[in-house]
Amino acid sequence: MATLEDQLEFTIQEVGTTILGKERAIRLALACLLARGHLLIEDLPGMGKTTLAHALARCLGLQYQRIQFTSDLLPADILGAAVYERQKETFVFHPGPIFAQLILADEINRATPKTQSALLEAMEEGQVTIEGESRELPKPFFVIATQNPAYQIGTFPLPESQLDRFLMRIELGYPDVQAERMLLEGEDRREVLARLAISMAPAQLHEAQAKVAGVHAAPPLLDYVQALLAFSRQSNRFRGGLSPRAGLGLLRAARAWALLHRRGHVLPEDVQTVLPAVVGHRLHPGDDNLEQSSAALVEQLLNAVALPA
Amino acid sequence: MRFWRRQHNSLSSTSLVSAKGGESLLTPIASIWLTLTLALAVAPHANELPIWLTPAFFVIAGWRAFIAIRKQPLPPRWALLTLALLATAGVLVSYRTLFGRDPGVALMTAMAACKLLETRGLRDGVALVFLGYLLVMSNLLYSQEIPMVAYLLGVVTLMLVSQMVIHRQHAGLTALAPLRLAGKMVLAAIPVMLVLFVLFPRIPGPLWGLPKDAYKGRTGLSGEMEPGTISQLIQSGEVAFRVRFTGDMPSSKQLYWRGPVLWSFDGRRWRQREELPSKTPYPLTPEGPVLDYAVLMEPNNRRWLLALDLPASLPPSAGMTRSFQVLREQPVNEVYRYAMRSYLQYRTGQLTASERFLGLQLPPQSNSRARELAEEWRARDPRPAALVGKALSLFREQPFSYTLNPPLLGFHSVDEFLFRTRKGFCEHYASAFVFLMRAAGVPARVITGYQGGERNELGEYLIVRQSDAHAWAEVWLEEQGWTRIDPTAAVSPNRIQQGIYAALADTDTLPFLARRGGDYEWLRRLALNWDALNIQWNEWVLAYGPDRQKEFLSGLGFGAVDWREMTIAMVVTLSGLGAIFIILRWRSRQLPDPVARAWQQFCDRLARRGLARGSHEGPLDFSERVVAQHPELAGPVRDIARLYAALRYGPVISPPAVRRLQRQVRRFHIRHH
Repeated sequence: MATLEDQLEFTIQEVGTTILGKERAIRLALACLLARGHLLIEDLPGMGKTTLAHALARCLGLQYQRIQFTSDLLPADILGAAVYERQKETFVFHPGPIFAQLILADEINRATPKTQSALLEAMEEGQVTIEGESRELPKPFFVIATQNPAYQIGTFPLPESQLDRFLMRIELGYPDVQAERMLLEGEDRREVLARLAISMAPAQLHEAQAKVAGVHAAPPLLDYVQALLAFSRQSNRFRGGLSPRAGLGLLRAARAWALLHRRGHVLPEDVQTVLPAVVGHRLHPGDDNLEQSSAALVEQLLNAVALPA
Repeated sequence: MRFWRRQHNSLSSTSLVSAKGGESLLTPIASIWLTLTLALAVAPHANELPIWLTPAFFVIAGWRAFIAIRKQPLPPRWALLTLALLATAGVLVSYRTLFGRDPGVALMTAMAACKLLETRGLRDGVALVFLGYLLVMSNLLYSQEIPMVAYLLGVVTLMLVSQMVIHRQHAGLTALAPLRLAGKMVLAAIPVMLVLFVLFPRIPGPLWGLPKDAYKGRTGLSGEMEPGTISQLIQSGEVAFRVRFTGDMPSSKQLYWRGPVLWSFDGRRWRQREELPSKTPYPLTPEGPVLDYAVLMEPNNRRWLLALDLPASLPPSAGMTRSFQVLREQPVNEVYRYAMRSYLQYRTGQLTASERFLGLQLPPQSNSRARELAEEWRARDPRPAALVGKALSLFREQPFSYTLNPPLLGFHSVDEFLFRTRKGFCEHYASAFVFLMRAAGVPARVITGYQGGERNELGEYLIVRQSDAHAWAEVWLEEQGWTRIDPTAAVSPNRIQQGIYAALADTDTLPFLARRGGDYEWLRRLALNWDALNIQWNEWVLAYGPDRQKEFLSGLGFGAVDWREMTIAMVVTLSGLGAIFIILRWRSRQLPDPVARAWQQFCDRLARRGLARGSHEGPLDFSERVVAQHPELAGPVRDIARLYAALRYGPVISPPAVRRLQRQVRRFHIRHH
């Protein structure tokens, strides 16, 4: 009988067969899912963002919806709308694509802020309100949004407040030489995707999410997390420190990461590993630190805070 | 410290509150601890206390323990009051006074017993502990030797435990944790103690006036001599003094340790005369090499300092009489160390008129037969040297014998000894010889002191015991001045050449330590080793007075230091110790638990090999980095890091795992390449 941890490991292997050489990104994505957070993948087109989302959905047996964001997409296109049905003489709600367990919001920064915020509100609340009526979204509800880097033409970059809604932001990056070669030699990704085995039942995923909350965080570890938060708030290298939500998210992500590594307690290494993904998009350079990339900012934070003795 | 304070707080809020004032009561176990430690503090006094007090104290202590165990009520106030009055009266009857060392200690012991019987609450307990410390100190008035000091240190440690136990106030506690803490406290106090000991400015004499009777009961020369004085002294194996020679030790027969010089004779008893000491040594003409040595004198409550015949230098705060006797300003009441210089061959100066008068004085109408004999010799040949020869040949040729148990002598002791008993000890011979010389018109005097001593190969020094006590004579000869004549040597040459053990047939009456050979030689060897340890203790601890302190500090390269500089040095060193303590404390607060300490130790060890952990580096990351550089260390490094991570960040800390971590860290070594 395979344990939950074994199944999670198997999921990572399975997803890894479609998107080669990106185990770390897959793990982070899975950790994000286990921590009940949402994932933002920021990368150039064609890097496998869609494939990753699709593969995860398949392996975990989740309902999957892909929403291509465009500049003319309206909120109702996502959420759904009440349509008048003549036979019944009533308005009947037609759910939009958001009523699925795993949503891929592709190129979210191409939509207008109004549409973006409709999605983000749904992400935050776990429900949508249409015509004064609240409707529950399915569970689990996991959004993977992708975003082209902001310098591309015709985009509406997500504002800082909206970025905070994503637990993690990751980049996939180019595959390394070996992985690229396998990709070129191998079969069509779509066929591989179609063959993927379902590695976990939704109930097990739910169990895993519950288990994440039970991963032990010892006082010295909480000290460390607090020290990180405090430093981000006090140092003038950053403009505006990390929010309490960021702190909660960091701990949750670290717990999920520890669970993926079959550990019942969180280590500082777990925090440090998820730190770039969790706080990279929430840290903003201070006035005398403007030139720094977000990766460099995270590095500064990491190096500046010592582990409490 | 923290956890029993908590205990105490929780208790004072519960039912264990006495009727008056809300003070918490002592638990039975605390009462038993108090009783036990107090009994241990009193125990060394057992022999010195009045015969009724020692059993009374221990009976009361036992009773108190019984009360504690059976949880019975303490005796009523009126009973205690009666007991206290009875005890005071008892001390008063036993000593006829309440003042002085012995009555003081007895009174304190009696009051401690009474206090035990009224000790109910915390405050009484604390008072009793401090009384206990006072009792511990009082033991030093009787003995300051190594076993006693070690014992008292142990008692102090146990008293600290009682203090903890009474404050902690809960039953069924194991003594182990407080004992460990008390041990640590005593150890931590040692550096402070050493600094205070070395640097606290010493003043000559005791710090406060000790009661007069504090020095009684010490054996030694008395400054008087009558038949039996020395033969009694000789039965004591106690050490009189120890000597370290700068060069080679002279042979035993040259070692005449000069003590009191006796001038006046009443027919039976010889006495000293009042002589004013001079601050400079009296001149003598050396006829041989100089001898330098240091004497470590045991306390004897006398002013005289022993020196080899004849002394030519003076220790500080001492003077010399015209009889070449070295006198200190105050009695030797602590182990006293002084450096001396002597010439074994010498000639003294002129005879003064008063010396001639005193050196010829004899009691009228006593020992008339001896007087007649001397006058007869003188009529035949009046040269002093011939008269000395006559007397010595009398001892040599007549059937005189040397014995520790001579027959008793009456008022005409010299006559009885010379013509009837003819059995005597050195005092008989010295006394008779000087009497004969004086009667024959040769100025003479009796010298008391010690002769010989035992060489301790271990540590190269000489032990002089009371059993080496001796008396000899000096006569004044025109050519040499005062000349030593030892009539005992004429009777028993062995006494002088080999010591008392060789001279007596009946050695069994000698103290064990003065004997040589025999079945228990190994035991005597052991005793000598112990004595070698004692001389170190005496030299460095007990004799560390003002002179020794100055000598020691200037020996360390501080030059001449006065008390102000010592005080400054003491304050500075103590502040330094305090700072070290605070830093250690601070560091240990930084590393509050054994897990963190073990990890820090492990990281420190790797840091010394150039593998410092980054301040933000987690244990597993760090161990992988170490393993990458030192694959041969993979096993232990990974084990330690994993164990630490689990203990530090895991939900439970199991003591066995903590011990395993500590053990692994202890065993962890990086081999040098």
